[in-house]
Order: sequence, then structure tokens, then C-alpha cells
Amino acid sequence: MTVTPMQILEAWLAVGFTLMIYSFLYKDNPLFKLGEYMYVGLTAGWGVCSAWFNVVWPDLIEPLSRVFKSYLGATLDKPLSHNENLLLLIPLILGILMLTRFSPKLGWLSRYTFAFILGTASGIAIPLTVSANLFKQMEPTLKPLFGKDISAWMTVNTLLILIGVVSVLIYFFFSLEHKGIIKKVARIGIFYMMVSFGAAFGYTVMARESLAIGRMTKLVKWAGQDYYYASIILLVVIAGLIALLEMLSKKSKPADDSTG
Amino acid sequence: MMSYKLSVILTALIIILFLPALAHAQLTPPQEFRAFDTPNDDGKSLSLTWKVSLENDREGVYYVISAAASADGPWYQIDKTLSTIGYKSDFPQYFGFGDDNKLWHFYEASKIPDVMDPITSTAYFRLAVTDGTKTVEFPNMVSFAPQGNWFDKSKINILIFVIIFSSLILFFISLARRNPNLFIRHIPGLDAIEETIGRATEMGRPILYLNGLLDMSSLSTIASTSILGKVARKVANYDSQIKVPCYDPIVMSVCQEVVKEAYAEAGRPDAFKQDNIFFITNDQFAYAAAVDGLIVRHKPAANLYMGYYYAESLLIAETGAATGAMQIAGTDSITQLPFFITTCDYTLMGEELYAASAYLSREPLQLGSLKGQDISKAFIIFVLIIGTIVSTAESLFFIHLFKTF
Repeated sequence: MTVTPMQILEAWLAVGFTLMIYSFLYKDNPLFKLGEYMYVGLTAGWGVCSAWFNVVWPDLIEPLSRVFKSYLGATLDKPLSHNENLLLLIPLILGILMLTRFSPKLGWLSRYTFAFILGTASGIAIPLTVSANLFKQMEPTLKPLFGKDISAWMTVNTLLILIGVVSVLIYFFFSLEHKGIIKKVARIGIFYMMVSFGAAFGYTVMARESLAIGRMTKLVKWAGQDYYYASIILLVVIAGLIALLEMLSKKSKPADDSTG
Repeated sequence: MMSYKLSVILTALIIILFLPALAHAQLTPPQEFRAFDTPNDDGKSLSLTWKVSLENDREGVYYVISAAASADGPWYQIDKTLSTIGYKSDFPQYFGFGDDNKLWHFYEASKIPDVMDPITSTAYFRLAVTDGTKTVEFPNMVSFAPQGNWFDKSKINILIFVIIFSSLILFFISLARRNPNLFIRHIPGLDAIEETIGRATEMGRPILYLNGLLDMSSLSTIASTSILGKVARKVANYDSQIKVPCYDPIVMSVCQEVVKEAYAEAGRPDAFKQDNIFFITNDQFAYAAAVDGLIVRHKPAANLYMGYYYAESLLIAETGAATGAMQIAGTDSITQLPFFITTCDYTLMGEELYAASAYLSREPLQLGSLKGQDISKAFIIFVLIIGTIVSTAESLFFIHLFKTF
């Protein structure tokens, strides 16, 4: 397999930043800070470009300019679609109102945008939540316990689900003190939740291990001759730099103390 | 003689056995072919129905649907469906749960390739039935123009549910206004918030507050910003400091408003520092790395993680635990709850996050909401128990009542 210079450069960068971030496992240090700031800066910059080129320009500026061109009688390369109309001015105005936050005098205008966002978001979220988190959950719970096609295991399963749902709901009942029978039922609810959390914990840890193995595999691959021993060289360089910085900081501390 | 009798019997048997098949092999024109606007949609499709047919509906027979934008054509074949599938009963969101829905075939036409995608104006349809060798067509074409529907009637059960529960909440809000001392059970994690703020003040270190990784459309983020307001008010009273690194720029702006208002309510508008509520980045692990860096450098006395989290939860909470900070988490992210439970001093699970705001503020509005929600939960428990009994008695009433589409 031929490795291109670009792939070698990518490997060196990936190894360098991986090891810089991993150096946090030892302690916070300037190399971790460098990795962190690069990561945050790059993603923030990428986010702005992504929002501009994927949302603002194609969904707002471009269609709106086509609408205005059409009103001014200019010839368009293709007819206006049903999404291209003056209603686009509403998100434009709301977006501009957000920018008024830079002005202490006009900052209050941004509240209209927030009110719009919160109102719309709640309006969308509430029916969706009722549908997805309530009705969708209730539907499979309302199963028959007995019947001609229902085995003993299915009955046990339905009962377990019913007891679990009812007891967990009782745990989340805030109007009653957890005393007496309520306490006992709520404890069953906690038991159910802990079983669920345990399963989720195990599942997620497995997924994380898989990610770590994936990264280690890459580091081993990049330690090869094809990549000019990137992992080995950078490991030595980064470990050496951290050790050097540690020594320098230890040396500077007594001096600081003596002056202090 | 014997062989003659045998051959007669065999012939008779063959005729008896294959007579129904021969009769079935006849194709008949589809009956009562109709086009109409698809109910409960945004006006971008049309519905076609025709009667189920004993002669046509069998293996190897297909219905061929053709469409045109004009009565004069050109005609395009838009689909060829098996005659044994596609019934009105498969689409209760459009036609309900009536038994007669099994007697009708249904097809939803959403586009005419190369002509109209989606269908937005009058479209014309033809229907034919074919077994591969013979094709019989419905004599007339049908047409209709789609219309957008203001109401999605398939979600009427959700509307009724929301109206009933909203009324309950409004009732309890009015009750809470008359009697503000409505009982709410003890939530240990929330009692600790006051303690954490006091601890931070004594240590002269800030409090770190995270809102999770979702935007303002998430209920957990809305709840989190609401709790932030109460926490910020206490922080202002104690003359401590709160730092809120944000994942979403809009959440950041909302948080700035909420904290500013909290400081004003506490009579300390001068102590509010807008720069303490700042945007980091909206990349998950870059955010986690930045928050980790913030935790080890500023060493907050208390970390509060309220909202919805993903894989970064353990990275952040473990770093916080390593610095010795007191940590309180609140999330409705089921997959991340185990990580918070193992790394934080207190964890608000699921709905406790939503209850937290009411618990902290004791405001009639929020208290009433919480009470109303409790009654709703009692109603749900009642429905689940009765519904299971009714289902066991072979009634589908409750299952249909809570069906969502």
C-alpha cells in the first residue's frame, strides 16, 4: 500500500493531538492546553462556516435574493420554488434582532427572538413528548395478561413491565412522602431503574472500550515505517516535553517562594 | 373397463379440484376506484381506494396504477403493487379502526415521476389489474387536487390529553395561589444546592453550571435554564460567582438573560458579569475538553450539571470528581444517568430535573404545575391498570385510545 504525503501529514497531526489530549491523564499541562485550544478553535470556526454555507446562505440569503430579483423583474435561471417567498424576511429579522445583544441599549429587542424560539420550541416539543414519551410507552404496556395466544412467559413479561412502569411512576410522585406502602413501591421503582442503569452502564462502557481500541489500533498502525514511526517519535517527544516542563516548573517554584 | 372407470374418476377429480382455480383465473375490472385528498396531510399526496376483489386478490396478480397531470396524458406508471397487500385497515391514521377498512385497497400517490414531485395540483389516475398475461382496466379515470389540512385528526387523542392535563395544571396553579404551602416531597439533591453555594462562598471559588448539549427546543434545557435562575439568585445573595460555559449560542444568550434577571431580583445587578456566561463550541468533545480544562484550572467548589448529556458526561463529571468539587447532576438522559450516579454526590433523575425548579422556587405557578403533573401520573397509573384488565378481556379500546402515528 502506498501512503501519500498527505496521509503521512494527517497521521502525524492525528497522533500529535491524540497524545496531547491523552496527556491530560497525567495532569493539566501546556501541551493539553494547546490541543484543547486548537480543538475548540477549529470546531468553533468550522461551526460558523458550516452554519453560513449550509444554512444561512442556501436557506436564507440565496432564496431571498432570488425573490427580490424576481420582484425587480430580473430573469431567473429557474422558477421560484414554494419555499422562496417574502416569509423568509421573518427569520432574517429575528436573526438581526439577536445581533442587537451587542448593544446595551437595543439588547432588549433580542427577547422577541427568544420568545419566538421558546414558544415555537415548546409548541413542537410538548405534543411530541406526549406522543413519544407517553403514548408510545403506554401502548406496549396495555397488553392482555391472559388469552389463547398468550404463553405463561408472556404473562410474566407483561406483569413485570406493568409493575415496573407503575412503581417507577410512583417513585416520581412528588405529592406524597415516601412512607409506608408508597416507600415500598417506590423502592421497587428504584430497583427497576438501577437494573436499567446497570445495563446502560455496561453497554456504554463496552462502546467506549471499542472506541479506545479503535484509537489504539490507529496509533499502532501509525507507529509503522510507512508513517515514519509517527506514534513512537511523537510519544517520546511529548513525554519528553512534559517532563522538561515539569522540571522547569519545579525549579521555578522554590525561586518564587524565596522571592515571596 | 377398469382403466376406463379410473380415467373417468380421475378426470372428474381434476375438474373438481381445478374448477375454482379456473374460475379464479378470471380477472375482473377493479370496482369503485376513487381518488380523494389524503386526510391529515400537508397537501402533497392523493389517496386512491378500490374494493377488495375475490377474483383479483391472489398470488401473482398485481394492480397497476398510472397517473398523469392532464386528462389527455401522457400517462406514467407510478406503481405496480401486489394484489394481496395495501388495505385501508393498514392506515388507521387516515381511516380509523373500522372493520370495513379491510374491504378496501388503499394506495397513497405522492408523485408522478418527471412531472410532479410532490403532487400539488390536480392529478389523474387509472387503475388496471394484471396477472402477467392478461390486463383488465377500470373503465374510468379518476382525478383530484390535493389540499393541505389544518388539523391532523390522527393526533386528536394527544390534543385531548394535553387539554385535560393542561386544565388540571391550571386548576392546581390557582389552588397553589390560594394555598402556597402545597406539599412537595423532599428531594435530597436539591437540598444540597444551598449547601454547595455556601461551600463555594466559604472557599472563595466559583460554581460551575452546565446546561447540557441540547438547544432551547429541549424540555431538559428549558428546565435547566429555569433552575439556573434560582441557583443564580442564591449565588447573588451569597455574593459568590457562577460560571456557565455553553454549548449552544442561543442557550448562552438565554442563560445571560436568566442570570442577569436573577441578580436584579436579588438586588445585586451590579454584581452580574456577562462574561461569566460564555459560549465555547458546539462540538461535543471539544466542549468536553474545554470544560475539563476549565475545571482543573479554576477548580470550582461545586459543579452543577443540569440538562441533557451524551458521551461527554463521564469525561466532565469524572474530572470534576477528581478536583474534589461537590457535584450535583440532573438529567433525563437515561444512558448517561449511571455515569452521573457514580461520579456525582447527588443526581436528579429524569423528572426530578423538571420538579427541581418548582422545589427551589416554591412559586405557585411551578408548584401548581408539579401538582397537576402528579395527578396526571395518577391518571396514567389508573389507565395502565384498567387498560391491562380491559385488554385481557379482549377489548382493544384502550390500545386504540393511546395509539400514536
